[in-house]
Amino acid sequence: MAQSTRDIKRRIKSISNIMQITKAMELVSSAKLNKARERLIRTRPYYYTVLKNLQQTFNIVGDHHPLLREREIKKSLYIVVSDDRGLAGGYNNNIVKLVEEECKGREKDVSLILIGTKAIDYFRRKDYRIREKFTGITEDPLYSDAEEIGKYAFNLYENYAVDEIKIAYTRFINNITHEPEIRQLLPHVNFWDVEDKRNKVIDFEPSPEEVLDYLIPKYINSCIYGALIEASCSEQASRRIAMEVATENATEIIEELKISYNRARQSAITTELTEIVTSAEVLK
Amino acid sequence: MSLFHLNIVTPERQFFSEDVSKVIVRGVEGELAILKNKSPIITPLKMGIIKIYHEDKVLIAAIDDGYISVEDNYAIVVTKSAEWPYEIDLEEALEEKRKAEEALSRDHGVDVVQAQTALRRAINRIEVSELHKKIDQ
Repeated sequence: MAQSTRDIKRRIKSISNIMQITKAMELVSSAKLNKARERLIRTRPYYYTVLKNLQQTFNIVGDHHPLLREREIKKSLYIVVSDDRGLAGGYNNNIVKLVEEECKGREKDVSLILIGTKAIDYFRRKDYRIREKFTGITEDPLYSDAEEIGKYAFNLYENYAVDEIKIAYTRFINNITHEPEIRQLLPHVNFWDVEDKRNKVIDFEPSPEEVLDYLIPKYINSCIYGALIEASCSEQASRRIAMEVATENATEIIEELKISYNRARQSAITTELTEIVTSAEVLK
Repeated sequence: MSLFHLNIVTPERQFFSEDVSKVIVRGVEGELAILKNKSPIITPLKMGIIKIYHEDKVLIAAIDDGYISVEDNYAIVVTKSAEWPYEIDLEEALEEKRKAEEALSRDHGVDVVQAQTALRRAINRIEVSELHKKIDQ
C-alpha cells in the first residue's frame, strides 16, 4: 500500500508539472493571439480592397490577357499554409486533410509549395511534387515573404508549368472558429458577386497589357499575404484552445488522482490499525 | 467644393480614407491630378510623393510603388508602404541613402536592382521630409 501512495504522489507531481507548462503556453498564445488579431484587423482592409478592386478590373478586361484566359487544367499548384511548431490541436491536420481530399487520385499532377515544418513533414513521404518549402514565416508573416512565394508561384504559372494556383489556409472567423479553406488564385474566380461591368469603359495607362502585367502578380501577392495573416491568427487561436483544454484535462486528472491517493492512504491506515489491534489482542 | 473619396491602403494599415478635393500622384506616365468626376482609370504608380488636398490643407506623404484606381468618384491607392512626413526618421533615411550608395559603388557581390530601389526609396523619403519642412515654414 505504501508503495502505491508513493506512486500516486509521483504521478500527481508530474501531471502538475505538465499543467504548469500548458498553462504557460496558453498565456503565451493568448498574448500572441491578441497581437495577431490586431494585425489582422489592420490588414484586412488592404487585401479586401485589393482583391475587390482587381476582380472588378479583371472582369472588365475579360479574357483579353493571356494569363487570365481559361486553360485546360492538368497540373495544379497548391500553396499549403501550416505552422512550424504543432501543439495546436487539429490545426495542421485539418489543412493537410483538406488538400489531400481534393487531390485524391491525381497526386502525380499536383505540385506543392509548403509553408511551415508541419506540412513539410506530412507531405515529404507522399507522391506529390514539392516545388518549394518555406519555414519560419508563419508566426509573423511579412509582405516580403508573400512576395517571394508569389513570385515563385507566378513564374510557374507564367511558364505553363502549372495550370492553376490554389492556396490552402485557415480562415480566422473568431477566437473559437477558424475554417480550413482552399481558394483559387489563378485562373481567377470571383469570391464576391460583382455586378457585370463588361461594357464599362476604363482607361488603362500606359496600356491594358502593361497594367495587367503589373496587377496580376500584385493580386497573387496580396492573396497570399492575406492568407498568411489569417492563418497565423488561426494558428495562435487554435493553440490557445488546445492548451486550454489540456490544462483543464490535467486539472481533472489531478482531482481524480487526489481522491485515489486519499483512498489509498486511508486504507493503509486502516490496515495498520487492524494489525496493531490484532497484535495487542494476541499479547493479552 | 466638390469632393470625392480617397482610400489609401498598405499591407500594414489603412493609411488614409477621407473625402478630398484633389489628389496628385506620380504615375508611370507622369504626374496625374485627380478631381471629382474623373473618368475611370487604373495605372501603376512610381515611388514618390502623393499630394492630397484635404479640407483647406495640402497633405503630402511618401509612397512606395503601387497603383491607383479611380471609379465612380472613389479613388483607391494601393501601395506597399506609405508614410507621413512626421513619421519619417530623416537621419535613418540619410543613413540608408549612404549605405545604398556605398553598395552601388562596390563592383561585385551587390544586388544592383535592390540597392537602386533602396537608394530611390531613401531619396524619396528625404525629399518628402524636406518638402514638408518647407511648407511648414
